[in-house]
Amino acid sequence: MFQIEFDNDRVVGIDLGTTNSLVASMEAGRPEVIVGEDGDKLVPSVVSLSPAGDLIVGNRARQELIDHPDRTIYSVKRLMGRGIADVQEEIKLFPFHIAPDSESVIRVQLGERTFTPPEISAFILRQLRKNAEARLDAPVTKAVITVPAYFNDAQRQATRDAGRIAGLEVLRLVNEPTAAALAYGLDKRKEGIIAVYDLGGGTFDISILKLHDGIFEVLATHGDTHLGGDDIDNRLLRIALEDIQSEWNDDLSQTGEAVQTLRRDVIRAKEALSFQPVATVEFTWHGKHYHREITRELFEGLIQDIVDRTLGPCRACMKDAGVTPEQIDEVVLVGGSTRIPMVRSAVEVLFRARPHTELNPDEVVALGAAVQAGILSGSVENQLLLDVTPLSLGIETAGGVVSKIIHRNSTIPASATESFTTGIDGQTNVLIHVVQGEREMAKDCRSLLRFDLKDIAPMPAGMPRIEVRFLIDANGILNVTARDARTGKEQSMDVQPSYGLSLEETEAMIDDALAHGDEDLQAAEVATARVEADRILLAIDKAKKTDAWGALSDSERDRITGAVRQLQSVYHGTDHHAITASIEALNEITRGLAENMMNTAVNTALKGVKV
Amino acid sequence: MKYFEVFEIPPALALDPRDLEKRFYALSRKLHPDLRRNPADRAEAEEATAVLNDAYRSLKDPIQRAEYVLKHHGFDIGEQGTKNVPPELLEEMFELNLMLEEMQEGTACSLGPWVEVSDKLNQIDEELKTRFSEWDAGHQHETLGAIRGILNRRKYITNLIAKANVSDRI
Repeated sequence: MFQIEFDNDRVVGIDLGTTNSLVASMEAGRPEVIVGEDGDKLVPSVVSLSPAGDLIVGNRARQELIDHPDRTIYSVKRLMGRGIADVQEEIKLFPFHIAPDSESVIRVQLGERTFTPPEISAFILRQLRKNAEARLDAPVTKAVITVPAYFNDAQRQATRDAGRIAGLEVLRLVNEPTAAALAYGLDKRKEGIIAVYDLGGGTFDISILKLHDGIFEVLATHGDTHLGGDDIDNRLLRIALEDIQSEWNDDLSQTGEAVQTLRRDVIRAKEALSFQPVATVEFTWHGKHYHREITRELFEGLIQDIVDRTLGPCRACMKDAGVTPEQIDEVVLVGGSTRIPMVRSAVEVLFRARPHTELNPDEVVALGAAVQAGILSGSVENQLLLDVTPLSLGIETAGGVVSKIIHRNSTIPASATESFTTGIDGQTNVLIHVVQGEREMAKDCRSLLRFDLKDIAPMPAGMPRIEVRFLIDANGILNVTARDARTGKEQSMDVQPSYGLSLEETEAMIDDALAHGDEDLQAAEVATARVEADRILLAIDKAKKTDAWGALSDSERDRITGAVRQLQSVYHGTDHHAITASIEALNEITRGLAENMMNTAVNTALKGVKV
Repeated sequence: MKYFEVFEIPPALALDPRDLEKRFYALSRKLHPDLRRNPADRAEAEEATAVLNDAYRSLKDPIQRAEYVLKHHGFDIGEQGTKNVPPELLEEMFELNLMLEEMQEGTACSLGPWVEVSDKLNQIDEELKTRFSEWDAGHQHETLGAIRGILNRRKYITNLIAKANVSDRI
């Protein structure tokens, strides 16, 4: 009964990045990034399984990257929603240890255990959730999570699965560049065209938006989910490894610990080059020293083609949006890689506008996610985001040709209805293959799912009419429903996703996460229950000072005091069920008291009105 | 016609894009699931917004808008719609094709053919505009027939351009 006195659950915004992750929330009408227990806003997206079996996330795990490279993973976002065939290139460059049983879903080996990419991402999300709960002093169960705009259906689903495994209700997946525009859009211009250039650790996105009186309408989006700062690091790393091989006559590329140390050192040099003309890579290994100066000129020559690769999507995006560079009023830069001066000047030349850099490019996406969380929970008013689907949706027709049913850059939610029939007399099922992409042949597109319309009543060929409705929801995720157009009845079907986890697998992982009492989760639930307990105990303390308390009978007061004592006795235990049960009991017993208080409050309020 | 009803406007081929946009923004604010406080309303809101978005996509672009109206009036606007091609159109297209091929091979000055093609497109779009107003005034079925013919020609030309892959060089 006392819950009415308190706010709804807080909705947080999460940037689940390739390199770093952040959580933010709305504080007094403005988005703010939440600082973690280690004093850092950025949680490195690194997860390690210690030899003792503990999961370590963030800054502490980054050290493990060097000490236990075979038990530690970074840049897991690159594996989200992908099949084993997609990641052959990454496996060459990254120390990912893929477990043998990785057919439809990749499994990463950390020491003696294996995890899917959504499970690993869930560990990161759980850390962010913990940071937010500690800071907000309230349970956090709902979140908005950002994804690269160019993420396909499978990658989006994998991200949502990660949220669910982490015990979060994912209210919305928001595209990262759109989130950045939201963060910048606060208190800004009423009308205009904005381009958002987002070069992160692993992905590149470009989005062009139209701003109109609080409505953020995405006109077009483009990108490359395999382009980012990681690629630059890998180039520098390769050069350093080659140098070392010729200088020391020693190939370190297979030594995980050495590669990770060297990677850290080249990243330092790369970051320094954004602020100074020359930087040095310093690397020490078993008493030997490697030292190399890199000038900005050399660095720029090295990354020229990577920067150039971002320009094609930018031009295509302007074309799709139907705008010329002159029409673009503002350019926003997002992602750590946009600190590189060469990237900035390329953007400036292309869009003929000086880009915005007021907000920290590492934080702007999380800030925008918090704004969207505010929109969804009602605390931010008058703003609305209208996003698009980045890739066309199609179905495979005769000869493997794709028939597009929802075109890319369609505003979401978007839908299409298609009719299907049989080709042979008495046929009772129809198999449909759904793909995503721009190519004409299904084999060149991304397979999303196959579904089997089954139990069709046997009829002459062409007679049955089954209407299938394809709905891309506001998260950019496809939902399929089917009905028999003649009977109007729902049509039964089997859906087989091509990549990623099936619904059953996700459920199993959520159960697993709950049952196997990952201690973090256990602790989080106890913390949540204690926060609840604090609320009700505080409310009762307050109530004792009111007239309503005095109006209770002695026996009622004794019962309440007894229930309070019961709650206090389980409060410091580790069984959250016991705490929750005591809270419920106390709630039940204080129902009469709460009603009395409400009545008193109403009477007082009425008395205050001068008629 | 459903898509015009969504925008609360009478069916018309000549539409003011600014007015349509204004209506789209106002309806988005009214229907969008993100602005519903009650989670139970959201599925319904999502459905309504999907229809609004589909309608806006179809009506915003004049060609798609015409195709929507044609389809509603029983015209076949799929690829089959281009089957009954009058011989003079074939001839015209043949010439254009030749020109674009020469242009690709670099045997002709590339500006000439392009100017001709874009002139043709402009001419077609002018014709469409006239026919759109004509249909709006009287809703004559013959007008739609004429529009279908013009759209076929237009599709031929744009397909040729796409095939010659010149659109990126312009």
